[in-house]
Amino acid sequence: MSPGADTLLAGVREKDPRAIGRAISIVEDGGPLAASILAALEHPCCEAALVIGVTGPGGAGKSTLTQALIAHYRTEGRRIGVVAVDPSSTLSGGALLGDRIRMMRHALDEDVVIRSMATRGRAGGICAAAGAAVRVMAYSGCEIVLLETVGVGQAELAVVHLADLTALVLAPGLGDDVQAMKAGLIELVDAIVVNKGDQPAAQALLAEMQAVAAATHRAVFCTSASDGTGVAQLAAGLGELADTLRQSDRIALRRQAARSIEVMDWALELLRPELKAAVAALGPLSGEPQALARLAIARLKATEE
Amino acid sequence: MTSQPQPHGRVLIGKPGLDGHDRGAKFVARALRDDGFEVIYTGIRRSAEEIAAAAVQEDVDAVGLSLLSGAHNELFAAVLEALRNAKAEDIPVLGGGIIPEEDIPDLKRLGLRAVFTPGTPVEEILSAFRAAVEEHRKGRSV
Repeated sequence: MSPGADTLLAGVREKDPRAIGRAISIVEDGGPLAASILAALEHPCCEAALVIGVTGPGGAGKSTLTQALIAHYRTEGRRIGVVAVDPSSTLSGGALLGDRIRMMRHALDEDVVIRSMATRGRAGGICAAAGAAVRVMAYSGCEIVLLETVGVGQAELAVVHLADLTALVLAPGLGDDVQAMKAGLIELVDAIVVNKGDQPAAQALLAEMQAVAAATHRAVFCTSASDGTGVAQLAAGLGELADTLRQSDRIALRRQAARSIEVMDWALELLRPELKAAVAALGPLSGEPQALARLAIARLKATEE
Repeated sequence: MTSQPQPHGRVLIGKPGLDGHDRGAKFVARALRDDGFEVIYTGIRRSAEEIAAAAVQEDVDAVGLSLLSGAHNELFAAVLEALRNAKAEDIPVLGGGIIPEEDIPDLKRLGLRAVFTPGTPVEEILSAFRAAVEEHRKGRSV
């Protein structure tokens, strides 16, 4: 292992915030040290951490709820990680990452490690980066890592598969688009949280969700994240859920599935530059696109043999 | 899979102190995003220590501070010191806001890489961030 990676990993182990921040960037950007860092992260402590997905539509209160869960877990003395995923602009490649605003009250607590991450247009590729970030946090001693993602869009939804268990956060009054996405999301999640429970319309949403939950065996919680109401019950419920999933080996199965998604992501990430070159080498493109893609792949394989 | 452009780098936009006017900070944050940066925004009324801690956790290549209250001399210095205390003095800091011309040389002596005022063209702000980020990435040990 290169001395740079060695020093960095020792820093991560000692919970040095700078080392943790650098290590996540290196694995996310695929820098020269990435391979040695990723190899070292295959460590029992990374298996021990519980990864909880927090997803839902914009405006449901995911970041506020994440903040409230952090506050709760901190009263239990647990070290917590948060990976907050937001979409990149497809035009500029830039991103505005604002989830931290709601979590700033933990900014000076060194046992709360927060990282904002942009999807960077990686169709699923974000899973490779987010999965690595989760493991860096676990390696630094985080017992629980919260994985927050807006549940809209392919890349953002793919992230949900990395979590051991996932909570869908909804709130009253978010409109019709939420109705459509609920159907697809409910089958992916283990728990439904009706947030902003202090609002009058929350009771109707809660009743609706309880009916859905009864039919699909999902747990339902009601919170008001801004003042912490219901958060302790939610944390306890998620803990019980995690225990049940562990006992039935379902967490192990999910992790195997997550691993295969991450491997696929890395394969695509690593192959992308070569594929790009192979397509460029075809010259000016005219003709049927799928046939051209097959041709590019065939030539790429031929050069490797 | 996509040919989407990759980001120039990561920057943090922070508002230290008590002034609650973040129109300038948000304007710059959006301009940076549209130029291809990943921008982490901290929100208003942050302490220097909170801004430094967030910059370290997010591993940014530059920090931009916005201040309209007139306390720039004290608060920009406080952020620079907080970054030093967090062993992150290598992260360049750029500042902007309602800042009298005569304060700018002192702020630069203090360690601010650039200072922008309400009349600064946005392209000048963007190119200053681009240069600061590029230099920081080159100078990094790991």
